[in-house]
Amino acid sequence: MPKRILSIFRNLFRKRAIERALDDELRSTLEALMQEKMEQGLSQSVARREALMEIGGIEQVKEGVRAVRAGHFVEDLARDIRYGLRQLRRNRSFTAVAVLTLALGIGGTTAIFSVVNGVLLQPLPYSHPGSLVGVGLDLPGINQFNWPLSPAEYFTFREQSRTFQDIGLYYTGFGGNIYSVNVTGLGRPEHVPALGVTDGVLPILEVTPLLGRSFTREDDEPGSSDTVMITYGYWRSKFGGDRSVIGKTIDIEGKPSTIIGVLPQRFRFLDMTNLGILLPLRPRTQRGYNYFAVARLKPGRTLAEANADVARMIPMQLERFPEAAEFFKEARIVPNLQPLKQYVIGDVGKVLWVLMGGIGLVLLIACANVASLLLVRVEGRQQELAIRAALGGSPGRIAGGLLLESLVLAMIGGALGLLFAYGGLRVLIALAPSDLPRLNDIGIDGLVLLFTLGVTILAGLLFGSMPALRYAGVRAGAGLRETGRSVSASRKRHRARNALVVIQVGLALVLLVSSGLMIRTFQALIHVQPGFTAPTEVETFHVHFPPEMIKAPERLVRMDQAILDNIEAIPGVSSADFSGAVPMDAGAESDPVLVKDHMLQGQLPPARKCFWVSPSFFRTMGIPIVAGRDLTWNDLLNKRPVAIVSENLAREYWHNPSDALGKQIGGSPKDWRQIVGVVGNVHDDGTSQEAPATVYWPITDSDVFLGGPAFAIRSARGGTQSFMNEVRRAVWSVDPDLALYEVHTLDYYYTKSMARTSFTLVMLALAGAMALLLGIVGLYGVIAYSVSQRSHEIGIRMALGAQRRDVLKLVVKGGMGLTVIGVGVGVAAALALTRFLSSLLYGVKPTDPLTFVVVSLVLTGVALFACYVPARRATKADPIVALRYE
Amino acid sequence: MGQKHTDLLRGTLDLLVLKALSLEPLHGVGISRRITQITKEAFTVSFGSLFPALHRMEERGWVEAEWRSSDNNRRAKYYRLTSAGRAQLKDEARRWNQVVKIMAAAVQST
Repeated sequence: MPKRILSIFRNLFRKRAIERALDDELRSTLEALMQEKMEQGLSQSVARREALMEIGGIEQVKEGVRAVRAGHFVEDLARDIRYGLRQLRRNRSFTAVAVLTLALGIGGTTAIFSVVNGVLLQPLPYSHPGSLVGVGLDLPGINQFNWPLSPAEYFTFREQSRTFQDIGLYYTGFGGNIYSVNVTGLGRPEHVPALGVTDGVLPILEVTPLLGRSFTREDDEPGSSDTVMITYGYWRSKFGGDRSVIGKTIDIEGKPSTIIGVLPQRFRFLDMTNLGILLPLRPRTQRGYNYFAVARLKPGRTLAEANADVARMIPMQLERFPEAAEFFKEARIVPNLQPLKQYVIGDVGKVLWVLMGGIGLVLLIACANVASLLLVRVEGRQQELAIRAALGGSPGRIAGGLLLESLVLAMIGGALGLLFAYGGLRVLIALAPSDLPRLNDIGIDGLVLLFTLGVTILAGLLFGSMPALRYAGVRAGAGLRETGRSVSASRKRHRARNALVVIQVGLALVLLVSSGLMIRTFQALIHVQPGFTAPTEVETFHVHFPPEMIKAPERLVRMDQAILDNIEAIPGVSSADFSGAVPMDAGAESDPVLVKDHMLQGQLPPARKCFWVSPSFFRTMGIPIVAGRDLTWNDLLNKRPVAIVSENLAREYWHNPSDALGKQIGGSPKDWRQIVGVVGNVHDDGTSQEAPATVYWPITDSDVFLGGPAFAIRSARGGTQSFMNEVRRAVWSVDPDLALYEVHTLDYYYTKSMARTSFTLVMLALAGAMALLLGIVGLYGVIAYSVSQRSHEIGIRMALGAQRRDVLKLVVKGGMGLTVIGVGVGVAAALALTRFLSSLLYGVKPTDPLTFVVVSLVLTGVALFACYVPARRATKADPIVALRYE
Repeated sequence: MGQKHTDLLRGTLDLLVLKALSLEPLHGVGISRRITQITKEAFTVSFGSLFPALHRMEERGWVEAEWRSSDNNRRAKYYRLTSAGRAQLKDEARRWNQVVKIMAAAVQST
């Protein structure tokens, strides 16, 4: 109705004219009525009075007319907002407390939501991300899940698929070691994070290069000239953004390679942030299940169809490789296709939603607090509201006004909260565990702002509706009659505030129990012996020899040994070694291990954790030798068929560790090794996981690990800069071109394995502390207010001979009654809610009685204090003063 | 008309006002008196209800207002039925008759 909209504007702008017309109309009506009455013989003054009575209150009539006039809504709104702001300005301390409380709640919620949004909700930064899938395999037969592919699967899927538009293979390194290459010929030798891709990967992600071209299938063929693409960041830092870089040559792993393309600035491969170089994967030259795959589905194809399609293609592999028949049968290979985003996010969603829930509870407590404050304030404004009612304010209008004041309050709180969130987010990202994916996608964007606005309005309606509903119906007479002198405040009026306190205490208990459970989890984790000792004193780092050296393993051993000798000569080094991986660095492999006297016909042996180590690995890590002996250089250099197993593996087969000695195990039926030692268990998968059964092979069995070993050094000086400088010199005196990377103490990996737990713990503890603070402030406020309201009554009681102790008891009892109900409600709620935590807990049940009891006691204790302070003030009051005061 | 019956009788009030205006333009007091007269003094409309109703009907385009001099040379705001208002009156009267018939039948049924 354009006419109506027009009239809204006309009325808004011609407000004064309309008001004047209304005045005129009412005046003329009054005159007409007076005239009528005077014609009936009444005097002018009597006629006037009767006429006024007949109209029934000029202001009420005016309000009635204004209410139907188009535009009245907008106009009322503007007036109510102005009025609300004036009210808020008048009560500075109330406003400050309420705004701060809200800002804390809204700010916290916004900060956590930005993380949820960035990590879980935002689509990946590729076009049409919905049709991108990660392609992996599950091998339930040997208990392996989300396995990578081998080039053989890649070729089959590429040629035979009916659901993939295209599939690409990529390589990011195996285990915990990120793929990286030595780059020389650009100043100092460098170790640059790299990515191997087949020609399909970039087109699948719909990434076009900023300069030059992408890889073609020809680049991917063995024997073609070596080509390389570089990322924007690498281009800027190494070539200063020089556009003539295309066609230039850099040495990668000692091979001259031509730069053919530069990737655009916004390009990010999955979650890799400091990628420098992309190389053709050349799948025909590769083998082994070391490669992940990304595919784009044909339009209209679903994930389920693609899974079925891959399931159809898996048996084709068998036709190609009949020799792998046994493995295929045992492993029971099934497809595991997931949306690409799911591949990137992993299982972090659980933690984030728990934190979101926690901070949501804090916001609810904050709302309850503000609602409680508002109820008190609106009680103080009864007279004002009554006057407004008497002057013709309709109940709806007054309630709307109160609600609007709350909304204005919420908006101010929300704006400040947004500032808090902005600051808090920085702290949060700094605190976040390094395995939190998509950290760089976290920020305050449009969706977050919209969320904040929504939460703010919702919060405003939530805490504003209580006083609005409660006092909208104030009768004109009732409020006016009741002056300041109120005897004990009516029970009914207190009921709402009491209910709020109960809710606050209950919610605070839920949060405190949650953080209590996390503390218990953390305690349990710390008390798990990881299997190694004093990890802060163990310094570790990787070096990486050029790949052509792997063809000369004898030379590699000599180089590694030379480095080791130099390191051992550093003062303060008590032990050193080199190995394929460091405990807990996720670098150990899982391979099937055969046991000679426990072979079951036609059954694949279970996969075991495998480390390739040098002598004194166990001494350096502090892993005890339970039976037998350590490896010796003699074993390694003479390639003697020996191995060492963990205690749990020995017990699994032979019950007694020493009975394992001399038994035969092997990686294949042609390669048997004798067990010469049994060592203590190590929680390689993190302290929250069972220690895996582990086999330690001599590192001389693996040319790959000899070419890229991890050195470990035990020294009281470990972790210091000066020590690392000496270590670097020791390495460079063997080969000045070697780059040291992944320089960390063993403690770094140990701490990292608990990072997610400690992050959750810190965040929930913060939420719990906020909840406790707000809850207690709420309780204190209610008790203090009721004491101030009852000072008259207390004065009478004391005048009549009540002892201070009696008064104290009276006040404290009231508060503790609420607390006990709140604790009861909270315990019930916590029992129902903590099971959502169960996947994050370790060594403690979600219903852990100790946590529940301790938290309830602590909360009750703090509540007692919150009641005691105002109670004591009440008893200090002189009865005479209390009585006179009223 | 009591405040309590506003909701129930809002339609009725509109109908009465439209009816009152159907013969000639009237000002507020005139409408009030005319309603009292045509309902044989059964209803008196309070100004608290009448003016909001008039302004609402003006918003909807059923009535038009203009200032003119009354019988004794006082200026007053006169309300006049528009053609939309006449249609509305016809419509509401028809509906009202229907309701009366239905209600009468319902009340008389045993």
